[in-house]
Amino acid sequence: MTTTEAVARTAGTAKETLRTHSLRQALQVQSFQILLVLLVVFLAFAALAPEVFPTWGNVRQIIQNVSILGVLGIGMTFVIVTSGIDLSIGSNLVFSGVVAAKAMQAMGDSGWGTAIVGIVVAVGCGLGWGLLNGVLIAKAKVPPLIVTLGTLGGALGLAQVITGGVDIREVPAVLQDTIGYGNVPGTTLPTISLIAMVLILIFGTVLHRTRFGLYTFAVGSNEESARRVGVKVDRQLISIYALSGGLAGVAGILSLSQYGTTAIAGQSATNLNVIAAVVIGGTSLFGGVGTIFGTVVGLFIPAVLQNGFVIVGIQPFWQQVAVGAVLVLAVYVDQRRRAAAARGHSGKGDGTKKLFGRRTT
Amino acid sequence: MTTIPVLEARGLTRSFGNVRALDGADFDVHAGEVVALIGDNGAGKSTLVKALSGNLSLDSGQILFAGGEVDLGSPSQASSLGIETVYQDLALAPHLNAAQNMFLGREIPKPGLQGRLGFMDNKAMRAKSREAFDDLGATVRSLSDPVGSMSGGQKQAIAIARAVAWAKGVIFLDEPTAALGVVQTKNVLETIRRVRDKGVGVVFISHSMPHVIDVADRVQVLRLGRRVATYEAKKTSVEELVGAMTGALDGAHS
Repeated sequence: MTTTEAVARTAGTAKETLRTHSLRQALQVQSFQILLVLLVVFLAFAALAPEVFPTWGNVRQIIQNVSILGVLGIGMTFVIVTSGIDLSIGSNLVFSGVVAAKAMQAMGDSGWGTAIVGIVVAVGCGLGWGLLNGVLIAKAKVPPLIVTLGTLGGALGLAQVITGGVDIREVPAVLQDTIGYGNVPGTTLPTISLIAMVLILIFGTVLHRTRFGLYTFAVGSNEESARRVGVKVDRQLISIYALSGGLAGVAGILSLSQYGTTAIAGQSATNLNVIAAVVIGGTSLFGGVGTIFGTVVGLFIPAVLQNGFVIVGIQPFWQQVAVGAVLVLAVYVDQRRRAAAARGHSGKGDGTKKLFGRRTT
Repeated sequence: MTTIPVLEARGLTRSFGNVRALDGADFDVHAGEVVALIGDNGAGKSTLVKALSGNLSLDSGQILFAGGEVDLGSPSQASSLGIETVYQDLALAPHLNAAQNMFLGREIPKPGLQGRLGFMDNKAMRAKSREAFDDLGATVRSLSDPVGSMSGGQKQAIAIARAVAWAKGVIFLDEPTAALGVVQTKNVLETIRRVRDKGVGVVFISHSMPHVIDVADRVQVLRLGRRVATYEAKKTSVEELVGAMTGALDGAHS
């Protein structure tokens, strides 16, 4: 399942010839290929703007920009590994931020007490939407594309109803100063990035090392077989969509801290950007394959391109063109691999059906 | 055999819309016995297997395990009784490796706190998987490659090894030789005998009459969702079995 693991294993039990085999395997793994792409892009910009681009100040800026998307990318990776999709994360982020801002506004002061209430409210709202997604997908058997398209509209609409469409700009100062703009004490690492890294490490471990993670892959790989051996598939799906929602709530409070506003209109493409990053990172839309590591690399590619284009004086709009091309290329490579794998045997290619029509049992 | 059957079904019915897939079907298998379950397409074999392995709810009927009535509402209830099934479509997760498939749903946790947090003892699971495959003489080349990249025979071996490893009471094999070559088929039939000799009841579903007569102790014939005949495998012939399956001649109930 995880690429790094597979490599380590074969290398560990190596029977002499296996070592070259595992190196070749590593190169075939998409998250490593994409890491090479990222390195090439980085080095290219570093060569073009050696004074500005490869400095810690600039890299720090990129890392900070990627942090919120990184939190969202964790949940999305879990969801896509199950061959699902979650379009609602951007709206969920906005909704959680709006309700948290309202709650904090009502409390009035700007100390930690208020901030903590805000954090809890945001995560709770996110979890709520995620649970709703999960129950509709697992129990009501509505396809995830449709369910999360519905909650995308629902969450955004309700956020606008609550605020009357006007952004709330009152955010407790402690949140903005420590989480939003602050650094980890004694370093120049943004606090927001540390939070994202910790979450990435925790949930990366969950996905790749624990039974919960294994069941996530099993459900995405062959839902029926998982069900037959007694994996509680419905509960697994509900937990995963709840996780995605809860992380969107976390991202909501992070976004509030960073930007000092609920930015209701600012998240309309967030879901697609995150999905693109997850897919670029080698997670298959058909389920059963994926890594959190790949998602992180996949998030850095658009961020580095954007940053680099600005620095070297190319219109930053080219970033979207470049990311689009990388995305299509990444899926093309994934398809080729699947086709090659399916040629060898009859295969259980359950293909596109899962995205659009959820299971038959 | 006069002992109590390890698994017995009485008058199972199940309809899908207007189709009566099971229409008062009876079935029984004893410990240490190979029962072949045969029938034409649509006779209800797969439906019966699903019902007896906890994958299908019934409209009516009784299921008895070792003489006591049981409710097989879910696959995990069936497996807790030691009932395992190898499905026609194998039902492995193609992206997981052999050891992960072997232990899916029954992972060995790491000792202590780590285990309670959901960490698994991969080393122990790999070792036990290797043991189980060697036990069956199965050639599974890699325990760390995804099974989706393996040949049909290897997948079959993994699916059977998984069922055999956990089956303490009854094992169902739904068309286990359908996609296999001559040598692999021989291995599977050999495995069936070995599992029977361990005292497990084996239910063997097949369209291949020679294999049925070769490996089974008794043959039960399903037609139109109902058991129409039971034969001693040694005293029957391919013609007789085909006749009973198609209804061309009426089998003698025993």
